[in-house]
Amino acid sequence: MSGNAASASAGEYGGIADREGALAKLLIAPAVVYIAAMIGAPLVLAILYSLSNATTGDPGLRLVGLRNYREALSDPVFRLALRNTFVFTIVSQTIVVVLSRILATALLKNFRGKWLVRFLILLPWTAPISLGTIGWLWMYDSIFSPIDWVFRYVGLLGTKNALFGFQTNMYWLGIPGLSMASVIMVQAWRILPLATVIQLAGLSSIPKDLLEAAEVDGATPWRRTLMITIPLTLPITSIAFLFGVVFTFTDLVVVYVLTRGGPVHTTQVLSSWTFFKGIEAGDLAQGAAISLFMFPVLAVVAIFILRMARRTEVV
Amino acid sequence: MKSLGKIARRGGLYTLLGGFAFFGAFPFYWMVIATFKRDHDLFSPLNNPFLFNEPPTLDHLRLLFFETHFTGYLWNTLLVGFAVVVITLATAVPAAYALARWARGWGETLGIGIFLTYLVPPTILFIPLSRFASFFGLQESLWSLILVYPTFTIPFCTWLLMGFFKTIPKDIEEQAMIDGLSRFGAMTRVVLPLGISGILTVVVFAFTLSMHEFIYALTFISVSAKKTVSIGVPTELVRGDVFQWGPLMAGALIASIPVAVVYTFFLDRFVAGFTMGAVK
Repeated sequence: MSGNAASASAGEYGGIADREGALAKLLIAPAVVYIAAMIGAPLVLAILYSLSNATTGDPGLRLVGLRNYREALSDPVFRLALRNTFVFTIVSQTIVVVLSRILATALLKNFRGKWLVRFLILLPWTAPISLGTIGWLWMYDSIFSPIDWVFRYVGLLGTKNALFGFQTNMYWLGIPGLSMASVIMVQAWRILPLATVIQLAGLSSIPKDLLEAAEVDGATPWRRTLMITIPLTLPITSIAFLFGVVFTFTDLVVVYVLTRGGPVHTTQVLSSWTFFKGIEAGDLAQGAAISLFMFPVLAVVAIFILRMARRTEVV
Repeated sequence: MKSLGKIARRGGLYTLLGGFAFFGAFPFYWMVIATFKRDHDLFSPLNNPFLFNEPPTLDHLRLLFFETHFTGYLWNTLLVGFAVVVITLATAVPAAYALARWARGWGETLGIGIFLTYLVPPTILFIPLSRFASFFGLQESLWSLILVYPTFTIPFCTWLLMGFFKTIPKDIEEQAMIDGLSRFGAMTRVVLPLGISGILTVVVFAFTLSMHEFIYALTFISVSAKKTVSIGVPTELVRGDVFQWGPLMAGALIASIPVAVVYTFFLDRFVAGFTMGAVK
């Protein structure tokens, strides 16, 4: 009798568990199907395109092997874009990590008007990036740039012995090298808020008593930073850096809006070159191959992000 | 002496923060100036560009609202944002709940897997997706954006909500089931109301991320009247090669500020998702 009841309740319990399992699958299915159909399938198609000779006019899939990759590698513009992408990413994100650490430390303090300062500092990330970049386009204008105006006003520009030359304007986006610096500046401007808020989360998670104990033991502020704050926040700083890298390495908004890769491809990056080749010129196969050169870097970054997240969880 | 040092440090702090705030916000101040400046004033290289040398004007705003598709862009953006929010909620809420509640080994792995798809960038997907769009006849249609934007909102929002649902104790549901609610009833009637702040966060993100999106919109939509703000303003307010700076800046400003205000309130939660719950 009692055995019977036990097995009945076990059966009932099993029934609920089964239904829970089914319910779980049913609830997860739509998200997984969506992702498989709209991320997984296009990813596979991108790989197939990169191995084919498809164009927008003739999008049929005829595989031609690795020809597109070889062609891309032998194209000087592609090689320039590849190099630019690394320069653009590494320089801008190094600037971001340093500045965001300084800014986050300052924001940790209490002061009046914090909400306003916070709002202003976050604007580059919270406003749509294409619109913020348009503001910069007008600031970098070849004639009406306010930066040039200030330079002229203080005598750095437009007179005979001026530091930046006798011409009346800097041509921020028109001179190779300078245009890259201008584009990097805007990218750093845009990612800085995100990195700052991530760093802020890391800094405020350091136990206060640890720092106080070190102070009691006679550690100088410099030493406390070096021995406690930096090691403890290293994982979160890395996460800030890695996300900045992902968003910079794969993005084209800033370059597209400011320079379209010019002058003469000196600010061309992989993502913008993908767009110009694959969409504007209609060479789907080449475009797909160019974009897939981003993939190995992304995979490495993703692995590092996972590692860092694990490490912080352990601590 | 000590208070003097303190004042100096305060001064240093304010200078530093002031500098950063200036750096962050100057392009937007620059938009405000251009929005209200007369063309003649705007295009005189000798005028002080930071001030109004001639009385301000509303001409640019009039032009923007009555002679361009700007209101159409706003409307399209709202429409797409709203639809994306609906799709995101319908898929991410159940998935996140299930992953948070029944997550042992596989749930956690699947959750991380879903999050990682967020790292697959639009710049790899937009070429194949543009073929999808033309295959289904959705080129030049807002539907293409509505269907594609969830590719970045679902992974991120599922991950974010998973964290929220994990903080709601299981006991509450169990109590509700003892009180006679079904398993599903416990979820919809007890857990969802408690997770409302998480759901609100997701609504804000799905909307702002859709509004920020640039590459897909640039690729799929080329008819002026169908554009969203993020591509309409940078690509349409140009006559030939000449930018119409006044209306252009006005459009950028008007579309930026409201979304920036809302986003600011929710940014901390957004970042909690990035740090993967590593920082409590």
